[in-house]
Amino acid sequence: MNSFLNAERPPVFCPGCTHERITHTLDQAFQDMGLVGHQVVIVSDIGCSGLFDTFFHTHAFHGLHGRALTYAAGLKMARPELKVVVTMGDGGQGIGGAHLLAACRRNLDLTLLILNNFNFGMTGGQFSATTPPDAQLGSGFLNQLERPLDICEVARSAGAPYVMRCSGFRKNLAEEIQRAIAYKGFSVMDIWGICPGRYTKKNRLTTKTIDDALAKLPPLEGMVAENTRPEYGQHYRKIAAVQKKAAKPAVIEAQYEAPQIGRQEVILLGSAGQRIITAGELLCIAGLTAGLKTTQKNEYNITVLRGPSISELILSPEKIDYTGIDMPSVVVALDQEGVDRRGNLFKHLAKDALIIQISGVTLPANKADIHRVDLKAQSIKRTDWALASLAVLAKLEKVLQPEMLEAALKIKFKGKTLTSSLDLIGRVEIGEWA
Amino acid sequence: MAYSLLEGNEAIARGAIAAGCNFFAGYPITPATTIYHSMLNLLPSAGGICLQGEDEIASIGFCLGASMAGMKVMTATSGPGISLYSENISFAVGSEIPIVIVDVQRLGPSTGSATRGADGDINFLRWGSSGGLPVIVLAPVDVNDCFTLTMHAFNLAEKFRCPVFIASNKEIGMTRENIDLDGLDLPEIISRTPAPLNRPFQPFQTDTGQTVPGFLSIGDNVLVRQISSTHDPHGYITTDPDEIARSQNRLKDKLLSAVDHFTFHEAFNMDNAATLLITYGVTARAAKAVYNQQCRQGNPISLLVLKTLWPVPEHLIRQVARTVKRIVVVEMNMGQYVREIKRILPEKQIDFLGQMDGRLITPAQITETIDSE
Ligand code: SF4
Repeated sequence: MNSFLNAERPPVFCPGCTHERITHTLDQAFQDMGLVGHQVVIVSDIGCSGLFDTFFHTHAFHGLHGRALTYAAGLKMARPELKVVVTMGDGGQGIGGAHLLAACRRNLDLTLLILNNFNFGMTGGQFSATTPPDAQLGSGFLNQLERPLDICEVARSAGAPYVMRCSGFRKNLAEEIQRAIAYKGFSVMDIWGICPGRYTKKNRLTTKTIDDALAKLPPLEGMVAENTRPEYGQHYRKIAAVQKKAAKPAVIEAQYEAPQIGRQEVILLGSAGQRIITAGELLCIAGLTAGLKTTQKNEYNITVLRGPSISELILSPEKIDYTGIDMPSVVVALDQEGVDRRGNLFKHLAKDALIIQISGVTLPANKADIHRVDLKAQSIKRTDWALASLAVLAKLEKVLQPEMLEAALKIKFKGKTLTSSLDLIGRVEIGEWA
Repeated sequence: MAYSLLEGNEAIARGAIAAGCNFFAGYPITPATTIYHSMLNLLPSAGGICLQGEDEIASIGFCLGASMAGMKVMTATSGPGISLYSENISFAVGSEIPIVIVDVQRLGPSTGSATRGADGDINFLRWGSSGGLPVIVLAPVDVNDCFTLTMHAFNLAEKFRCPVFIASNKEIGMTRENIDLDGLDLPEIISRTPAPLNRPFQPFQTDTGQTVPGFLSIGDNVLVRQISSTHDPHGYITTDPDEIARSQNRLKDKLLSAVDHFTFHEAFNMDNAATLLITYGVTARAAKAVYNQQCRQGNPISLLVLKTLWPVPEHLIRQVARTVKRIVVVEMNMGQYVREIKRILPEKQIDFLGQMDGRLITPAQITETIDSE
């Protein structure tokens, strides 16, 4: 078999670095699998382990520190047939911890080789997420204060279906790497090694002490039975294949005439949970059924079920530029929270503006015409008040007409929702002038 | 007339699909989330891929991987997410990875106000990545722009192999508006140019006069190298200063020398106007109302609505400003793009109106600024 190693770019690791051993072992594994270069992509990040992609005749993607698993996920989803091998150090594992957890949970068919040498080699031997507290390193006393992470235990509890912890000097390492690559799912190998350039300058670590330390830990030798499940990519494609095609946006023909000529500005002042935004959308659709241009600008707090909810609607025969409303022709006061939020607008209301005041809401001083409706007394649920207020407007022939609202409901809703909303707008009583 | 009713975010999603987008990854964030929802609704059933990353860094990382495998990719977020994208944005700039990035801006700084609009990221989009090389930023004004500029954004990302930003705003993205989808003026779809196969492939090789390297996908038969570090045409790390200078200059020139070909804008030039209003984004809507009103009242002004913000379309701005004495720049922030206008037109009087409190700048405020001379 031909070696995958790039003859023009031989490895440049420090003498005795385990990374070099693993470079040759990975080459052996690729050869033994009978692969060719373009079937493989090596995804690496920053640090000495990030040099890996340079030494191989495969596709290569070398990116930011700790983010290799994210690029690998995009590559694998785009090219399911590629063997995606990710090399990262213990440093990359620390900074990219969230991605490791997510990769374990996701179970996309990637192979992660962690070249764990217990410190940041390239930047001067600072402590990493796996450095023992008693090590003497470039971070002074700081590593004494932190507990090292057991990457394999983390990977296993996060759902990785294939986890292996081993020494970089393990006799059959090429075979084990091959087994991990062949596994259909996310496979993690935590490979312990020696960094003579930095770590072993002041710390004793040999093949023997690595073996002894590994022997004290519960063995993890690959498949994790309780985490075995369908591979993400296959699973995704299976479910995606049966998703319903998205509908095209409804095209709304002009078929009615709006009751007033000219621009109408409506503001719905309510609170979260009153379906203010849906009512606003319905009014816009109703406007489209009369051939008008329309905009809907909403304001609400980030909380879903609390706080004011406001919708500003413009219906106009002309193109609408500015979407804000300063002088509405209609104000619908559905809830005190919305009214209080826009308390300022009332004193500027024109004399011929109309306020629909739902019983229970107090209005600031104003000169507008007020029309009162007691929706509670009509046994209409609070969640339907916004829609009911549109029905009141329609029956008063203000801004829209009943057939425009009916058409809007038929465009927006189907089935039971349609029936009940049609029923609602039919039975709403219009209230009285104040 | 027959219209549909769409919010800006959905129009961006539909524009993306129309441009050939087949990969989206995002992370929920108001006010951009409905782009993700729309893509989830549109893409998987159409054979594309839509993913939710574990964070914004993962979302853009997925996109960069997929783009290098040949897909047309998009992600969408707001200011806090752009902050997290930053390192990967500079990767996409320096390593020439096509990607469309939507920023539905919200009121900052920081987590700011999720449901209030602003145009506070305009300089951040340009300057918020290491290395400081140019990027393309397009700014939609309305739902039509959301659709068509997104298509242009894909074309530019493909043509120039670079990140292209859509600088939207909560007030565009989450505002619903009538749109005539069949009546839009849509561009032809452009895809990245493949590298010639009759010579050994170098991922970053450009011939004389060529500013963008030919592309091959990771996963195809010819080996491709992608690398975030300073690289030579082969995609290997280089320390050769001449080589580095050549590549940095090329990255700069490929966009700066071409901006006249993608200077999207609307100019309303009145011959006898003394004042030129320059603005962009949602604020352009208030400015148009002012422009119409001033014309009606017989005090005409000129109006320039910029839709390509970066690289700065200097030729266009100089040309439109030629005849006016005074320029009023209006932005939904505390004064960002006005710096560019001052830089380009040092001989003109330049006044500024800015506001960043979650409210739209009103036509009345603009009129007041115009009259306040
Ligand atoms: S610094 Fe350490 S990890 Fe880096 S090449 Fe040298 S020995 Fe290997």
